[in-house]
Amino acid sequence: MGGIPHDHYEPKSDMEKALHKRLPIVGLMYDTLMIPTPKNLNWMWIWGIVLTFTLVLQIVTGIVLVMHYTPHVDLAFSSVEHIMRNVNGGAMIRYFHMNGASLFFLAVYMHMFRSLYYGSYKAPREVTWIIGMLMYLLMMGTAFMGYVLPWGQMSFHGTAVITGLFGAIPFIGDSIQTWLLGASAVGQPALNRFFSLHYLLPFVLLGLTVLHIWAFHTTGNNNPTGVEVRRTSKEDAEKDTLPFWPYFVIKDLFALGIILVLFMAVVGFMPNYLGHPDNYIPANALVTPSHIVPEWYFLPFYAILRAFDGEVWLVMLVEWLSFGIIDAKFFGVLAMFGAIAVMALAPWLDTSRVRSGRYRPQFKWWFWLLVIDFIVLMWVGAMPAEGIYPYIALIASTYWFAYFLVILPLLGVIEKPDTPPATIEEDFNAHYPAKTSGDAVQTPAE
Amino acid sequence: MSHADDTQGTRRDFLYYATAGAGAVVTGAAVWPLVNQMNPSADVQALASIRVDVSPVDPGTQITVLWQGKPVFIRHRTGAEIAEAQSEDADTESMPDPLARNENLAIADAPATDANRTLPSPEGEGEGAWIVQMGVCTHLGCVPLGDSGDFGGWFCPCHGSHYDKSGRIRKGPAPRNLPIPVASFVDGSTIQLG
Repeated sequence: MGGIPHDHYEPKSDMEKALHKRLPIVGLMYDTLMIPTPKNLNWMWIWGIVLTFTLVLQIVTGIVLVMHYTPHVDLAFSSVEHIMRNVNGGAMIRYFHMNGASLFFLAVYMHMFRSLYYGSYKAPREVTWIIGMLMYLLMMGTAFMGYVLPWGQMSFHGTAVITGLFGAIPFIGDSIQTWLLGASAVGQPALNRFFSLHYLLPFVLLGLTVLHIWAFHTTGNNNPTGVEVRRTSKEDAEKDTLPFWPYFVIKDLFALGIILVLFMAVVGFMPNYLGHPDNYIPANALVTPSHIVPEWYFLPFYAILRAFDGEVWLVMLVEWLSFGIIDAKFFGVLAMFGAIAVMALAPWLDTSRVRSGRYRPQFKWWFWLLVIDFIVLMWVGAMPAEGIYPYIALIASTYWFAYFLVILPLLGVIEKPDTPPATIEEDFNAHYPAKTSGDAVQTPAE
Repeated sequence: MSHADDTQGTRRDFLYYATAGAGAVVTGAAVWPLVNQMNPSADVQALASIRVDVSPVDPGTQITVLWQGKPVFIRHRTGAEIAEAQSEDADTESMPDPLARNENLAIADAPATDANRTLPSPEGEGEGAWIVQMGVCTHLGCVPLGDSGDFGGWFCPCHGSHYDKSGRIRKGPAPRNLPIPVASFVDGSTIQLG
């Protein structure tokens, strides 16, 4: 595994040798755990472990919840209340699962913006990036279908809105929406199949996690300098790297511990803070909640969906050019999925030869503006679609597309990047100078 | 290449194509039921029609009934409402959706005049008093609120679509007027849907 020269597993005892000849599983685990990892990784490289942990947390708590849940329109809501009130420790398990979704998305957004800043998506890691984007889409699908299961007001009407997105597709939209729902409206068939898929997709995610790790173990990790590990010899590689176990495992577990302290605080003291009270009202087809808002992690893309209404000139132009086939509704849907598609294309849109944003003076500004843009979109997505908010959403959506489609391609041409260090070792030694005479240089504490 | 080789190659090629073709057909035949099972089942498809007693619905009020899993708005309009909706008929052409979207009309592209969107009244009542429409926003399927919005008709709280007193979309992201299902008065105070 991997192109970085390193020591491989050597079976020692006769037993180990016999097993290794027949099934080299210990060697596979050894090479995976001992992979040479750039020794200058900073704290933004912890989110992969957090994500893996959260996926396992969600699967374990989810399997337990299914033991008490009933996917039926008349019983789903009360079975969730049954979990909350009667099942031993049920409320805690459900709160873990509910807030686990939020932790999952918090970690994935940190992970994605890390990659966007340090150029982790660039060659040769495009496959890792694409698999990651697929996982992100699957995560969103899984989270959405999970949100339907309690069959509260938000579950029900959120489903109507989200499946309505597919209904916006010209000509075949209605058939697709009916096919997805199994009826002309949200009801028992939809609840039943979403339950089935909500159980299935996390395991697909687990499989993709293996591919994701396999891909970046083959190319090697990126690192804050964006400079590749030297592969000229094992000695050179060892100057740039440390084995994943124990160095990075301990670091990652420490970070995970701190994050879990905060997570436990949310689960224990404010478990419903990130949810909507409306979802504790049983689903009622006759009344839409006065303000339908998706969970926080969908808000940026929800804002993009709403930003393009029929009064935007671009939408009118496209509608006119396509003879009315692409109307405002379909345009919004295209914009929402397009916002994720342009992100997936980042490896081919970014023309800069320098990988890490640390050495790109102009890129830094545009990047942080994108982070602010994302937060603005998240905020405006939660606001009602009236007054000044649609304009803010429109400007913020425009910047999102401009960043990927205009700024990334142009910056590589017009920007004069700084010179990255020649090796990871050089970068590391600049931060942690080799200690010369022990404690002599220490300054006394004031 | 000799004639015998050519024949052998053709025979082998034929077997490849035949096998691949059979494989594709079998795969398609196996996958289709798995896709089709998600389409509406027989009980869902069975067309239900319901009768609604509208005698308690006074002028100026409306009721919402559930029909085939979706809400239906039945509104009894006052004379003032009718007059206002009809006064805007002249602007129909410039509205976002100029069509009536009424399944009871024989002509598919009838203009969205108020008369084309209302239910023929029972005997003894002026035309345009009753309007029956699906309570499903044509944007993304929320249930609009009655007696609200900039045009005094319906307002969808999800994404801000405004419908007028005739259920015509006037402002906001929704592309079409509220659709009018098959409906009729079976007697003076009962409406049949479907």
